[in-house]
Amino acid sequence: MKKALALGVVIGLAVSGAIAGYFYLQNKGLNEAELEIARTLSLASLRPLPADLSNAVADDPAAIALGEALFSEGGLSANGEISCATCHIEDRQFQDDLALSNGIGTTDRRAMPLRGAGYALWLFWDGRKDSLWSQALGPMESSVEHGFTRSQVAAYIAEHYRRPYEALFGALPALENTPAASPLGSAAQQAAWAAMSAEQQDQINRVFANTGKAIAAFERTLLPLENRFDRYVAALLAGQVPSGSAALTQQEIDGFKIFAGKGACVNCHNGPRFTDEFFHNTGIASPQTPVVDFGRLDAVAQVEADEFNCLGRYSDAAPARCGTLRFMSRDEHLFERAYKSPSLRGVADRPPYMHAGQLATLALVVEHYNRAMPSISGHTELEPLGLTTAEKAALLAFLKTL
Amino acid sequence: MKKIFAILGILALAAAGFVAFKMFQPLPDDLDLATTRATAAGHFMVSISPEDAAYQRNTIHTWIVEIATPDGALVEDAEILIDGGMPQHGHGLPTNPLMTEFLGEGRYKIEGVRFNMRGWWELKLTITAGEISDSITFNLVMK
Repeated sequence: MKKALALGVVIGLAVSGAIAGYFYLQNKGLNEAELEIARTLSLASLRPLPADLSNAVADDPAAIALGEALFSEGGLSANGEISCATCHIEDRQFQDDLALSNGIGTTDRRAMPLRGAGYALWLFWDGRKDSLWSQALGPMESSVEHGFTRSQVAAYIAEHYRRPYEALFGALPALENTPAASPLGSAAQQAAWAAMSAEQQDQINRVFANTGKAIAAFERTLLPLENRFDRYVAALLAGQVPSGSAALTQQEIDGFKIFAGKGACVNCHNGPRFTDEFFHNTGIASPQTPVVDFGRLDAVAQVEADEFNCLGRYSDAAPARCGTLRFMSRDEHLFERAYKSPSLRGVADRPPYMHAGQLATLALVVEHYNRAMPSISGHTELEPLGLTTAEKAALLAFLKTL
Repeated sequence: MKKIFAILGILALAAAGFVAFKMFQPLPDDLDLATTRATAAGHFMVSISPEDAAYQRNTIHTWIVEIATPDGALVEDAEILIDGGMPQHGHGLPTNPLMTEFLGEGRYKIEGVRFNMRGWWELKLTITAGEISDSITFNLVMK
C-alpha cells in the first residue's frame, strides 16, 4: 500500500512537471511577468550613473581626459610597457580574452570587462575595493601587474603630467630623488617606505589616490552598449512587434524564459547590468590545489583595512555617505569562495569564463549551473536545474543576444 | 530490468517536475504586505517606511521605523536589531543594516538596507525597550 502511494506521488509529480512543460512550450511570446522581468534587464531600466562622492573629480572633463591618457600609459609600470589598457583592451570589451592576465607576471584571476563599472558597489571579483578609483590603484602596485610603487607613480606624474595634474588637484609636492617605496612592495620597497616621514608618505599617497581618481573618471564614461535584447524589449514596451535588428528567434525567446524562470539565472544576474552586485559561491573549481583563493571571505577584512577606502583620509566622501562599506555583510558562511556576479552584457564574445577562466566555453558554464556540483570549499548556493538539451541550447542562444 | 528503467525514468521526470515547481514558485497568496503591524507577542505596534519611496533594487537606502505601545504611547530608547532575507531562496540580506539614530517621537532610522534580487523579502526587526523584547517580520516585494 505504501509502495503504491509513493508511486502515486511520483507519478503525480511527473505529470505536473509534464503539464508545466506543455504550457511552457505553448507560450511562445512573453507573458506579463516575463515582460516585466525583461524590462528590468533592458537598458531602458538603466538609471543615470550614480555620483561617486568619494571622488571629487569623478565627472570632471579635465579628469576624464587625464584619466584616459593614464589608462594607456605604459610609464606607470616596472618595464615601461604595462598599462590598464594591456589587460582591458578597448576593442575586446576592455578585457583580454585570457584565463589569467599577463602583466609583469601572471595574475591569479581573470580581467573583468569595464563597461558599466561606474555602477558597481564593489570592485574586483572579491570586492576588496569599494570604489573605482581605489580599484585602479591595486594593479599598479601588484608585483604581477604593473609591478610599480606609489612613489614611482607620483614621481612619474610629476615628471610627465604635472600641468594637467596640478590644474585638477593643486601643486605637487617635491618628489625628486624619491626611491621606489610602498607599504605593499618588496622588502626593499617596504623599507624605503618605512624610512619616509609620515608627511612624505601622506603626500605620495595623495598623488597616488588622485591618479586613481583621474583614471576612474575616464572609466566612468565607459557605459553599457545597446544589444539585440535591449532592442527587442524596447519594441515590446512600445507595443510594436519586434522586427529587423530588434527581432529575436523563437529559440532565443525560449532561452530568455529559462533565464528568467527555470534556470533562475535572473536571481543573481538581475537589473540592466545583469548583476546583483553581490558575492556567491557557485561551486566553481579552484585553479590551485590546495585552495588558496577564498574570494569574498578574505576581501572583507582587506577592504575594511584599506587606507584608500571610502572612510579613509584620501576619500572625498563624508563618512555618512559610505554606506556600502559601513553596512557591509560579514557572513563568513556565505563568503567562503564567493565571487561577484559579473555583468552578462557581451558575455558570449568573451570566453573563458568564471573568476579564473576555469571554463573555456559558455556551454560549459551553462552545464556548470545545470549540474550544481558541491563546492571544493565553502557552500555552493546552486541546486541542479534539470535543463534538457534543448533548454540548454535555448539558454545559450539567449545569452548570445546580450 | 525493464521495471528498474521505468522507475528510474519516472523518478527523473519527477525530479524535473519538482525543480520546475520550485523555481517557478510564485509569491504566496496570503503574503501580508502591511507596513504597520503588531509585534509577535503584541508588545509593540510598528510602522516601517522607506526614507525615499522611490528606492530601487540594489541601492543602499534608509528606512524609518516608528514604534508605539498597543495603547498608542510612542516608544523611546528602543534598541532595534535588523535581520531578514528571502525565504524562497534561503538566504539573508546582502548587507548588515543598523539602527543608527533615534529621531524622536518613537521614530528610528535604519541605514544600510539593500535588496539585491527580485521577489519576496523579509525584514525582521527585534525591538527591545526596557525589559521588553519582541519581534516582527515585515514582507516586501522587490520588482
